Order: sequence, then structure tokens, then C-alpha cells
Amino acid sequence: MDIIETLKILWNDSGFHSFFVNGGYKNLIMIIVSFGLLFMGIKWKFEPLLLVGIAFGCLLVNVSNFGPGSTDALYHPELWDNFLNSAHPDYHSYGAIMREGGLLDILYIGVKAGIYPSLIFLGVGAMTDFGPLIANPKSLLLGAAAQMGVFLAFFGAVCLGFTGNEAASIGIIGGADGPTAIFLTTRLAPHLLGPIAIAAYSYMALIPMIQPPLMKLLTTEKERKIKMEQARQVSKTEKIIFPIIVSVFVILLLPSTAPLVGCLMLGNLWRECGVTERLSDTVQNALMNIVTVFLGISVGSTTAAARFLTPETLKIVALGLIAFCFSTIGGLLVGKIMCKLSGGKINPLIGSAGVSAVPMAARVSQIEGQKANPSNFLLMHAMGPNVAGVIGSALAAGFLLAVFN
Amino acid sequence: MLFDNASNAVNEIVETVTETAADASEMSIPDAAITAVFGYAVVFFGLVILMIVLYCLGAYFKKKGAKAAKDKTAPVITAEAAPAKELPLAPGSAGHVKLYDVPDKEAAMIMAIVADKMQKPLNELHFISIKEVK
Repeated sequence: MDIIETLKILWNDSGFHSFFVNGGYKNLIMIIVSFGLLFMGIKWKFEPLLLVGIAFGCLLVNVSNFGPGSTDALYHPELWDNFLNSAHPDYHSYGAIMREGGLLDILYIGVKAGIYPSLIFLGVGAMTDFGPLIANPKSLLLGAAAQMGVFLAFFGAVCLGFTGNEAASIGIIGGADGPTAIFLTTRLAPHLLGPIAIAAYSYMALIPMIQPPLMKLLTTEKERKIKMEQARQVSKTEKIIFPIIVSVFVILLLPSTAPLVGCLMLGNLWRECGVTERLSDTVQNALMNIVTVFLGISVGSTTAAARFLTPETLKIVALGLIAFCFSTIGGLLVGKIMCKLSGGKINPLIGSAGVSAVPMAARVSQIEGQKANPSNFLLMHAMGPNVAGVIGSALAAGFLLAVFN
Repeated sequence: MLFDNASNAVNEIVETVTETAADASEMSIPDAAITAVFGYAVVFFGLVILMIVLYCLGAYFKKKGAKAAKDKTAPVITAEAAPAKELPLAPGSAGHVKLYDVPDKEAAMIMAIVADKMQKPLNELHFISIKEVK
């Protein structure tokens, strides 16, 4: 046995060698990025349930994939290129993915088919109390207003040279709704899934830092001090009828929202109807956790260095921040209008909760309200726009899907 | 006639937006602006309609709830209050407490908790009524 030759073969096969050839240094950069994301998730608790999985998926793909020749890679972007190429024999062939793909390719099928985001919505529906929204339907206006960032970022992305499909996927970051962003991006611009998902979840985690300065800038001290009257009690029957009405109405209006809105409302119906507690418990806990495991790691796998380290990623990160800021501004401005029209009965701070990061955005409204007036309790009032934002972002995604798909 | 005209106008806008978006790679800035404004309007329209539906639903249930409460409260008060008159007052008592859908044991517990939280002896507090909030 020629030890030197064997060592040479081992070195040439190793990932360490790959760092020095064919732009392998980019993988090294992405490995460092994954460490940064892991740090953010674990140390700073930035959406840890998803970010830790995404970061580790990013790490796994970048230590195993050094370009098209990487046979042992866990994820193969080129297979997914073939999957989307209508001229290729493997066009829309999940069989080819199962046959030739790695572990992360197989897990990614759930993202590609839109299964994981929809199942996450099932769990979100089962965990959400729509009572504050039913008690105060005006909250829906704030949820609608807070989609402003989606369409402004879409416009901005087109101005920066992105295609319509890519711009729509970037814009939806402003909806502050991770599953919706993933759902829309896999359909319209799957090659941008990595940066869009990371931007969406990072900004959602940064809401307590992004929103308060805008809230203070756009509202007066007097407005922030406004105490809101307690909302009415919502009956059980109303809570049961609500998901049924929303499903029928929203899906008839925009059929492309069916997977998201349908699952969201089914989960909520299981929660509220009182006869399916076991199912509600399962989707809130076991199923939600299982899907989160698969979703995080498979989204992370789309961050292969060659695809991720591009100038477009920086543009997406910047546009995502703009989308978030303008969504907050949209909600606050309509909140101010409602405050004026109601004769000062509505605290405009609840408008910023119209972005659908539940319940983080509502908590920020509560904290800022209480800073201005320690006896102020805005949490339940802010939950109305917050859950309205979930429906609003699903509607925005449905519109963009209907137009661009 | 009016409905047909409105419907045609909406169809035309939808067709324009869909056509401009059809060749997504060549989307111009004015087309993007139209799509953005129209999209925002659609989201608003959808949620405003949903708001109206929820208001109607809420109004119906509020009316129903108010009627049910009216029917329910009157006989309960008389039924609970009537036998209380017959009971003699305990020494040092400030009077009887009216209970609405609350068992005696729970009422005693609530009074004890309130006294404890307020750090006042129970015989210095006067409870008028205890009602379960449903």
C-alpha cells in the first residue's frame, strides 16, 4: 500500500481540499455564516425553533456540496434545476429526486410541494385565538394596511432588476410570515428560497428592535397613552362559525390561498369546536414540532454557497428590511387614522401589530403602550390586528400567486 | 346593469394586471406600480368585506346574547334572593351575599381569597354579590 498516494487520495476527496479549488472558499464563508446564524438562534434566541434548524441545514449543505461533482452531497441544487427545466427528462420528476438525491433533497420535497408551510399553518390555526379579532372586526383594516411593505418591496425589487416572480417572492417578506414566504417563494422563485427564508425569519426575530423606533417616530406621546376599552366577550358559537366563514369567503375570493387559509382555519376549527381536542393538541404540539424539524433543515439546505453568495442576496436582505419597515408604517398610519376617527378611543400602537409575526408584534405594541402609560394593557387589542395580519399576508400571497404563477 | 358594468371594469383591470405580469421577466416599472397598487387594493377589499361579514355576525350574536341574558337573569335573582330573607343573620354579619350561579363553597373560598389579598379581616368586608362571569 502506497501510504503517500492514499493520503493524497484522501486529501483530494476531502472537503478541506475543496475549499481551495473551484470557488470552494465560498463554502467556507457560508460555513462561517451558518455559525453566525447558530449563534443568533442559540445565544440571542432569534426564532430559535426554526433558525437553529436552518443554520444547521446551511452548515450541512456547505460541508457536503462543492459543486455539481459532489456525489456525497446531502442536497443537489442541480437536481432541482432539472426538476424545473421543462426541456429536461427529469422535469417535475420526484422519482429522479428520490433516486439520485441526498437526504436533504428528499426532505426538501415537502417544501417544494408546499406541504410543510401548510402544515405549519394548521398548527398556527390550532394555537391562535381569533376572539380579539371577532370582538373587534376593525382590526382587519390594520391587518390589511400592514401589507403595504409587501407591495412596496415588490415594486422596489422590480426597480432593482428582479423579475416579477422574484419581486413577488421578495415582497412577501414584508408580510412577516415565514410559512407564507416559503410557500410563495417555492412556487414563484425557488432559487431565492434560502435568502428569502433567512431574511424573513431574521427580521421576524428582530421585530422588537425594528418596530419601536418607527412607533415612536409616527405616534405622539398622547396617542401612545390612550387606554382602550375592554373588548366584548365572544361566544363559543361565533368562534366556531368564524373559521368556516373565513375559509369559504377568502378561498372563493382568491382560490390560490386555499392551502394556507384552508389549513389555518381547519386548525382553528379543531381548536374551537370542542369535540376534537386530541387533534387540536396533536397539531399544536407533535405535528408542529415534526414539521418544524423538516422545514428548518430543508430550507437551510437551499443555502448552497454557489447560489447564496451573490449580490442578489444582499439586495434581498435590504429589500426585506424595507418591506418590514413599511408594513409597520402602513399599520401605524391606519392606526392613527382610526384613532382620529374614533375620537381618540383607539391606540395607534396596535397598528404595528398588523404585521403577522404572532405574537411578537402584539407584544411589542403592549410593551410600547405600557412604557407610555404603565396602566395600559394593549396586548389583547393588538392580537386582533396581529391575527388579521396572518389572513392579510395569506391574501397578499394569494394575489401574487394568482398573478404570477 | 350597474353590477355588470362594475364586473366588466374589474375583469378588465384583472386582465391588464395578469397580462402585464404574464411575461414576468420583462416587467416594466409602470406595470409593477399598477400591480402593486392593485394588489394592495385587493387585500384591502377582501378584508373589508370580511370585516362587514364579521360585524353582521357579531351584531346577530350580541342581540341573541342580550335577549338570552334578559330571560335568564330575572328568575335567578328571585329564586336565590327569596330564601335568603328567611335565614337569620350570623353574629357580626353585615348581611347576606347574593350568589348568582356560584356554589356556597366557592363563594366562601372567593371571600377568603379577597380578604387575604386585601389583608383585612373577613368580618370587616361587606360582600354584596358574587356572580360567575361566563
